[in-house]
Amino acid sequence: MTQPVLEARKLIKHYGHVLALDEADFTAFPGEVVALIGDNGAGKSTLVKTLVGAIRPDQGEILVDGAPVHLASPLDARGYGIEAVYQDLALAPDLDSAANLFLGRELYAVPFVRVLNRRAMRQRAVAAFAELGIELPDVGTPVGMLSGGQRQSIAVARAVAFASRIIFMDEPTAALGVVQRGRVLDVIRRVRDRGVSVVLVSHNMPEVLAVADRVEVLRMGRRVATYTAAQTSVDELVGAMTGALELTNGGQAQ
Amino acid sequence: MTDPQQVAGAPSAPDGSPSGAPSARPEERPAGPPAAWRERGRRLGGAVAGASETWLLLALVILIVFFTVKAPGKFLTLTDFSLMGQDAAWLLVMAVGETFVILTAGIDLSVGSLLVLAGVMTDLYCIHHGGANASWTVIAVGSLIGLATGAAWGALQGFLVAKAKVPPLIVTLAGFIAAGEGVAYLITGGADFRTVPNRLVNTIGLGSVLGVPWLIVISFAVAIVGGLVLAFTRFGRYTYAIGSNAEAARRAGIAVDRHLIKVYALSGLLSGVGGILSLASFGSTTIAGHAFDNLEVITAVALGGASLFGGRGTMLGSFIGLAFSTVLLEGLVIIGVNQYWQEVAIGAALVAAVYLDQFRRRPRGGGRGRWAGLWPGRFGRQRA
Repeated sequence: MTQPVLEARKLIKHYGHVLALDEADFTAFPGEVVALIGDNGAGKSTLVKTLVGAIRPDQGEILVDGAPVHLASPLDARGYGIEAVYQDLALAPDLDSAANLFLGRELYAVPFVRVLNRRAMRQRAVAAFAELGIELPDVGTPVGMLSGGQRQSIAVARAVAFASRIIFMDEPTAALGVVQRGRVLDVIRRVRDRGVSVVLVSHNMPEVLAVADRVEVLRMGRRVATYTAAQTSVDELVGAMTGALELTNGGQAQ
Repeated sequence: MTDPQQVAGAPSAPDGSPSGAPSARPEERPAGPPAAWRERGRRLGGAVAGASETWLLLALVILIVFFTVKAPGKFLTLTDFSLMGQDAAWLLVMAVGETFVILTAGIDLSVGSLLVLAGVMTDLYCIHHGGANASWTVIAVGSLIGLATGAAWGALQGFLVAKAKVPPLIVTLAGFIAAGEGVAYLITGGADFRTVPNRLVNTIGLGSVLGVPWLIVISFAVAIVGGLVLAFTRFGRYTYAIGSNAEAARRAGIAVDRHLIKVYALSGLLSGVGGILSLASFGSTTIAGHAFDNLEVITAVALGGASLFGGRGTMLGSFIGLAFSTVLLEGLVIIGVNQYWQEVAIGAALVAAVYLDQFRRRPRGGGRGRWAGLWPGRFGRQRA
């Protein structure tokens, strides 16, 4: 079996008396789209936050390319080529799309006094958007004036532009219309084809089956099943999520 | 939203460049030169017409014409622009710091008080080291003490805002009272120091370089450097980003708390510069003379198009805003309006500026009319 690009082993996370992660495992292989599904409160967000360095687990191990790592902050995670697209976008509405793309990673014309190279950032932003087939009227428009789909595209493009290993996307299509939803899914496939893995957190089962290669199911803070997307069904996934399905009968139940 | 005219007509360029931005995008020019020029001209026209600076500049011109007509042969002769520039020198310097603070969605009410405190600290050192005959070395050391006092006080306020999460309105209101009404009176015993080094007064206060008063040279230099930093450096970009969406900035790896402390420290430092200018100009610490500086400065910045909700505004706007309020006040004096009406005029201008900001912040992403924000029902719902 190939080496996982990112792996979590027996992660435990308490919030007071609440056990959010109960020896949760997670695996992502290189160049795949893996969907992470689970009912509300199953621990999806906690697991994702742990893997992008936003929170630290109480116990357990995180491995990048097989080597244990310590993710103390999102910056650490970025250092390993791990990026995230947040559900609430995390863009600055008054800055233009080029500025948002490079936020926190600006290019400089005069590095010594931190003078920005706005032309280079604009040109690279145009190239980055073109590569993903994202159409924007103008990279100089404040993103607050763009549509929800365009903003989502910018958030995705930002993660894609800097991720070398894996991108986490938390409900990336939740706020979008049908056409824009299709575009984001196209972008996800294109990212995977470039060799970067994508972790898709979603409630939308048909969408999961349409785009994911593998599905991992989380319930009550632990991984209860993994499926190959091509060999499973919506009913099976929902069954595993809710616990209605007897997992000993499931395809690759853990 | 795909109409470039509409796009170019954004209320204010968030990257701080007044209007030149559209022409700096070579990758977007259409192929043929004539079409390119037409397109560029159209974009530039749209940007100029849409920028809030343009409208304020127009209002400023109308105001000047009004006062010139109303008081023929008086307005532009008695109070020429040089005199107005000198009267507003420390306000301009403080407006530069206030612009940074307001862009982070903060506010600094302490500016006038820190000006007084910095002036007192500077003069306190000078008085004990030669008084009126103090040397340039003494003046320089005294000035450094004043600047350090302003910067340190500002940094403390920034710390309380960023780390202790006390609202900036409260922190700087406390600073305003403590520094201006408290510490400055404790040090002076309530009576102004009137012994100020002659060299300082005769040079910075009254002197000129190449015919331009030092007060104007220094304050304009501060404004230009401040404007360049805001528009072209990482420091400026982070200031906009934090005011626009602090959480996004934090997630992007920006050290938000540290940046806020720097911004408030900068505002305190520039209040210190204002303190030295005021000391040199008046030859006195004028401890009771700057109680309303904060309102004048905030009014100027708000008039200039900076949003009190952060993220939007330019240094050029703040400059024109200050020019507007200065002309308004001087003009009212010239045409003989009772001086107490001036305070009313400033208050009215502040309310008007913030009201206009509310409706410029119309909902993003389209869907509603251009005038939707004019009515009170929409107030309070600002963020997308």
